[in-house]
Amino acid sequence: MLVTNLEIVPGKRIGKHLGLVQGSTVRSKHVGKDILAGLKNIVGGELKGYTDLLKEAREEATTRMVKQAESVGANAVLNVRYSTSSITQGAAEMLAYGTAVFLE
Amino acid sequence: MLDLAIFATLVVIGYIVGRILEARHYKSIRAREQDYGDIMLFASRFPPTLNPLRQDLVAGSVVVSADYFKTAVARLQGIVGGRLKSYETLLDRARREAILRMKEEARGRGSRMIVNVKFQTFSIPGRKPGSLAGVEMLAYGTALLD
Repeated sequence: MLVTNLEIVPGKRIGKHLGLVQGSTVRSKHVGKDILAGLKNIVGGELKGYTDLLKEAREEATTRMVKQAESVGANAVLNVRYSTSSITQGAAEMLAYGTAVFLE
Repeated sequence: MLDLAIFATLVVIGYIVGRILEARHYKSIRAREQDYGDIMLFASRFPPTLNPLRQDLVAGSVVVSADYFKTAVARLQGIVGGRLKSYETLLDRARREAILRMKEEARGRGSRMIVNVKFQTFSIPGRKPGSLAGVEMLAYGTALLD
């Protein structure tokens, strides 16, 4: 499965457009990480726990998107975008979406 | 009175430690920017090379937190408005760090060119309403291999 944020694939022809595919996940912060982050707010710097949390969430959203693309018979997802939104104070939704196509 | 003392101590600690950490981070960013200077970034949607062998989605992200001093200054400055220098450097560092991590991933795949680079900023709210736990900076794009 080719996943790209380009709209074309050089050297390949799009045989079939299979529509929009998406994957999302909602993740919540861990209390321990939250306390550590609170301490980090004093001196500043990277919040490694959050970096990893959001990265994992993004990977899962991408995986779900790819699964959906597979189920509609695509072999590539083009023009992939990410979007993040905070739902409540402790939770965030991660969304990945793109156009599923069949490349020849 | 005790509250004020605690607040002042945290501001001083934030200022001193925050400054040291920021200087150290900038030093590391500059060194790595030199190191990754051979990887080119393009914001254009279409690849400059016509026939890449492979293309991969690469991303780099970082969550950064402001220090107590920066937060306090920003809150004060919020009254009169204008340029928030303390947050400018924070976001600058975060974006450059995200770019470097994206480049690191691209290099790992043997690519020297990333096209259609996009940025996204996401602020993570803190426990207190209106407070900020951190800011996530994300950079992503398509790494081309030719």
